[in-house]
Amino acid sequence: MDAVAVHQPDMGRDAHPRESFIRHYIFSLDHKTIGKQYFLTTMFMALVGGAMAMLMRAHLGWPDSGVLNPQQYLQAVTMHGTIMIFFFLTVMLTGGLGNLLIPLMIGARDMAFPFLNMVSYWTFVPGVITILASFFVPGGPAGNGWTAYAPLSAVSAAEGGAGLGQTLWLIALLFVVVSSLFGSLNFLTTILNMRTRGMSMGRLPLTIWGAFVTAVLALLTFPVLMAGLGLLLLDRVAGTSFFEPSNLIIGGTAIAHQGGDALLWQHLFWFFGHPEVYILILTPMGVVSDIISAFSRKPIFGYKAMVLSISAIGFLSFLVWGHHMFVSGMHPLLGAAFMGSTIVIAIPSAIKTFNWCTTLWQGRIHFTSAMLFAIGFVSVFVTGGLSGIFLAIAPVDIYLHDTYFIIAHFHFVMASASLFAILAATYYWFPKFFGRMMNETLGKIHFALTFLGIYGTFYPMHFIGLHSNDRRLYETSAYPFLSHTGPVDVFVSLSAFLLGFAQLFFIFNFFWSLKYGPVAEHNPWHANGLEWTTTTPPPHGNWEGELPTVHRWPYDYSVPGVEHDYIPQTVRAVPVAAGAGGGEA
Amino acid sequence: MSMQISERQRVGSLRGIVGQGRGPSGGGAAPGHEPVPMGTGLLGVAALLAAVAMLFLAFTSAYLARRQEAGWLEFTPPWMLWVNTGVLLASSGTLDWARRRIRLGDAAGLRRGIEATAALGLLFVLGQVAAWRQLAADGLLLTTNPHSSFFYVLTAVHGAHLLGGIGALGVVLLRVWQGRYTAQEHAGVTNCATYWHSMDVLWLYLFVLLFWV
Repeated sequence: MDAVAVHQPDMGRDAHPRESFIRHYIFSLDHKTIGKQYFLTTMFMALVGGAMAMLMRAHLGWPDSGVLNPQQYLQAVTMHGTIMIFFFLTVMLTGGLGNLLIPLMIGARDMAFPFLNMVSYWTFVPGVITILASFFVPGGPAGNGWTAYAPLSAVSAAEGGAGLGQTLWLIALLFVVVSSLFGSLNFLTTILNMRTRGMSMGRLPLTIWGAFVTAVLALLTFPVLMAGLGLLLLDRVAGTSFFEPSNLIIGGTAIAHQGGDALLWQHLFWFFGHPEVYILILTPMGVVSDIISAFSRKPIFGYKAMVLSISAIGFLSFLVWGHHMFVSGMHPLLGAAFMGSTIVIAIPSAIKTFNWCTTLWQGRIHFTSAMLFAIGFVSVFVTGGLSGIFLAIAPVDIYLHDTYFIIAHFHFVMASASLFAILAATYYWFPKFFGRMMNETLGKIHFALTFLGIYGTFYPMHFIGLHSNDRRLYETSAYPFLSHTGPVDVFVSLSAFLLGFAQLFFIFNFFWSLKYGPVAEHNPWHANGLEWTTTTPPPHGNWEGELPTVHRWPYDYSVPGVEHDYIPQTVRAVPVAAGAGGGEA
Repeated sequence: MSMQISERQRVGSLRGIVGQGRGPSGGGAAPGHEPVPMGTGLLGVAALLAAVAMLFLAFTSAYLARRQEAGWLEFTPPWMLWVNTGVLLASSGTLDWARRRIRLGDAAGLRRGIEATAALGLLFVLGQVAAWRQLAADGLLLTTNPHSSFFYVLTAVHGAHLLGGIGALGVVLLRVWQGRYTAQEHAGVTNCATYWHSMDVLWLYLFVLLFWV
């Protein structure tokens, strides 16, 4: 809360005393340092989640190898999903990219509440420690799927992975939720109140629009997850019966509970869970818009439509959660309603895809690593979006629910798409934050192998899913109709190993370039955002001297009659005579 | 400490929030009657209240759904809850009185009002614990029946958020002792009051939900 009595003038970067190492690096209040802390932590968690996937694919490709027993397999499945979604994608996009980019792109010195920002990161860390600790407790980590459906997740007496591991899972997620809520509050307030002079909402880069609507979604839906997590925790440790039905018998023993409703968990979870996937895609959409525009040397096509689409997706995302529950026994009329809203939400996404394509059309394309991943985003998003159209139709989903078709769908539209945007953002903004360029050759190899790996791993899953290969299945040998899908599983596993291997190029490139990459100028891509108008890396306080004043939107690329093919946002708007040379201020 | 952009706290408009951006001077109100954005602190509190509202909305929908099941039994509110409600309403009164005092420049009145509010808030929390013990003595525990489960959960979560509010009052009190609030500049007090009154309203809502509707 802001209660300083004196109206202080902006003092530039030299206004604070030298800090100790702990204050400067560990408990930093600078959004760039906090962003880097988030970035590195979530990148590490991505490797942990990826390791889970490698174990899963090792088992699925060679089921007789004994690499995982059934309990361990389900635990690997659960931890893969949990870690990738909560501890990698969500926090990387909000805490990582959001922190790094928001103040710089809107022309602010820092976040609205820097202390809360620091608290937000240090609330996330106990969550990381807790979830990692859950691997080492008796019974191992949670094994009930990242969706943790009751009653299985509510009863400690259930299969392995339902003991202390599941309780720690709940506690770890509660930390993440609180951390995320602090962060969203901060981002929302910062974007609304801390924009520099001239930066109207209509001149914001689409990255910020994505981050803004994401913050609204997170603020309104994480509390619902928190309610569910809290009630589930009480069911597990305090003997309440929010989600556990009566007359439950597990392993011959009657579980004493009083008539809770397992379906209630699904509603609470998915009311959060669906907006969550849009939390994971909106900022990436914004980032991709900015990168495609910069490397096509063209303004983004349909800026207003892009903003309206982001907002529409955000709004509609609250109305579709039932499409995760088509097989839960809901009234068909309710199913039809959710089917309708789900079909409608495809429309703004399609508008955005059209706009990316038209931005690329007849552009002067620069195939940098960032651009490759941005265009790759469009590819995987379209592939995943198309399977989504099928799944929106309730009767089709009833057939395909819980099969590999679903796995294919969300790995394309959510996992790969968000991952590609994160990688694109890293290649794009690495020079700004670290002052050096990443290696382009390694970047291109990384892209090629990753792109092949993604398609090789997930595309065949559409087919085995249509063939009724269920998900979370330890072995297919019980189903005669799956007896011949073994070679597909092998192919998918080999592609997954290629995908994992490809990331080594990125990791090496990242850390090697930190020290040995060529020194970057302050705007190596000749891009238009405010972040490129400051020095590289940006100083504490983001701009030496005064904050910039904004005169235009960030998409003035290849403006006719102007000498340079880009005009930064800080350049005054001067009337340009058509056909005349120059005219730029 | 890092940079803090301070600005005058004024009630603003939506047009002001999405307006032209305020620039480094922070104030934003040009001589030409440009709308002033909502103060940063107040915006933060509003966002926080939106999140808290969603939390209790989720609990409410869980409660209403569960209430429809067979075998629902309700208990009548222990008399302690009426006392606590009065205490909480009184604390909102003292806080509003404190805010009105500082608007007139009376820092001493502000201090007394904040201290009274914090004391009453603590009294409320202790009273809630006493109400719990009263119920437990009557055999109504967390797991006794769904209604009691929800009662304990809702009052505990509300109490936790109220304790957070008491923490915020503590921060405000520290700043009062440092003499940082004036008749013109007391955004922290107003923001804290907004949060506190909301917790008050939330308690009334929960009381009604649990026992009267």
